[in-house]
Amino acid sequence: MDFFDFSGIVPALPGLWNGMIMTLKLMVMGVVGGVALGTVLALMRLSSSKWMANLAGAYVNYFRSIPLLLVITWFYLAVPFVLRWITGKDTPIGAFESCLVAFVMFEAAYFCEIVRAGVQAIPKGQMGAAKALGMSYGQAMRLIILPQAFRKMTPLLLQQSIILFQDTSLVYTVGLVDFLNASRSSGDIIGRSNEFLIFAGLVYFIISFSASLLVKRLQKRFAV
Amino acid sequence: MNYNWDWTVFFKSTGVGSETYLDWFISGLGWTIAIAVVAWIVALILGSLLGVMRTLPNRFIAGIATVYVEIFRNVPLLVQLFIWYFLVPDLLPPDLQEWYKQDLNPTTSAYLSVVVCLGLFTAARVCEQVRTGIEALPRGQEAAARAMGFSMSQIYWNVLLPQAYRIIIPPLTSEFLNVFKNSSVASLIGLMELLAQTKQTAEFSANLFEAFTLATLIYFTLNMSLMLLMRMIEKKVAVPGLMSLGGK
Repeated sequence: MDFFDFSGIVPALPGLWNGMIMTLKLMVMGVVGGVALGTVLALMRLSSSKWMANLAGAYVNYFRSIPLLLVITWFYLAVPFVLRWITGKDTPIGAFESCLVAFVMFEAAYFCEIVRAGVQAIPKGQMGAAKALGMSYGQAMRLIILPQAFRKMTPLLLQQSIILFQDTSLVYTVGLVDFLNASRSSGDIIGRSNEFLIFAGLVYFIISFSASLLVKRLQKRFAV
Repeated sequence: MNYNWDWTVFFKSTGVGSETYLDWFISGLGWTIAIAVVAWIVALILGSLLGVMRTLPNRFIAGIATVYVEIFRNVPLLVQLFIWYFLVPDLLPPDLQEWYKQDLNPTTSAYLSVVVCLGLFTAARVCEQVRTGIEALPRGQEAAARAMGFSMSQIYWNVLLPQAYRIIIPPLTSEFLNVFKNSSVASLIGLMELLAQTKQTAEFSANLFEAFTLATLIYFTLNMSLMLLMRMIEKKVAVPGLMSLGGK
């Protein structure tokens, strides 16, 4: 067997690029949705209403104890049924949407814990001062506490996003063509799957590694 | 597309031999545990070694461990699994290659790949925890051991590591749980562990909600019981006099 001929990669680049766009799209939308839902969950966990706190707590525990791959697979199979029960008619839904829902719901559990820790790290006096100025709880949260908390937890949120960037490769299981899947199929076509696998690994490595270096530098700058 | 709920599905015959769907789940759980436990042992041994390397004064040795950690942390688990399963066997010498590809049955070769992959992947994480644990110890510990004439290996083996491990039990616990969750990627190279059996049950019986509910319950119970077990161990071995551990 003649080893390692990487020349087949160049003509395949446009296909791989499309895969990378899918990967990035999943990541960005997953992070935005995950942070939004995670923030709501975190506020629920911190709220004085016991049942709201417990509900959010159960959500977080549930999603943190099952594998992401299980969630992706399950949602892919189940979302069409659930949509039908809700809307009453057949709603065709693609792998992309079901994967996105899976990422948002799964990552929200992790983002919730980050946001919660961030809010809890804000001194109590901030809330007291805001209330003394006549702000409501909601106003104080929105205008005083959360902006400070988000600033503090930006490095952690970014780290979690890098993890999600790597985890998007799991959509392979439902056949969605992300960067990994594009590399696998382009490689298989020309019988050079090993070369494409190495290339894919290298690209993931370079992006994750440089992103985490940036996060580390950011962390130093943000350090109080 | 009407859905027929049937919670008794697990006791029904799969139509394959005399097995019930429950048998599939039990054998799947068995594989999941077999992957996770062996991979964890690999990760713990290699990760400890790397963690110690990273704290050594020799910059070359520490550098090797750092490179290892960066590589294994920044490539997705699934890519690593494909590398171990598809690529590495091609690089083996011909005899070994034939043994791996022809003589081994497909389940065994998939099992070997996933254990090696998950073991080495998790080792990078364990390494970081062990390093953090060692670095968290007061400098005086090492200096005192040195002053008493301990050799380098004695310092690590008798003084630093026994304390470091006890400090890092909580993060190690979550890595341990992660191994169980991550073992589900084995389903993508055809190993019939818990997730693969769940998928198969969903396809054979068409009772996908029941199948995935049971799988979720199993993962959840597994997680909770392992967590309780680790908490008990943590209490038992707590370093006396440290606040964070509730030690006496």
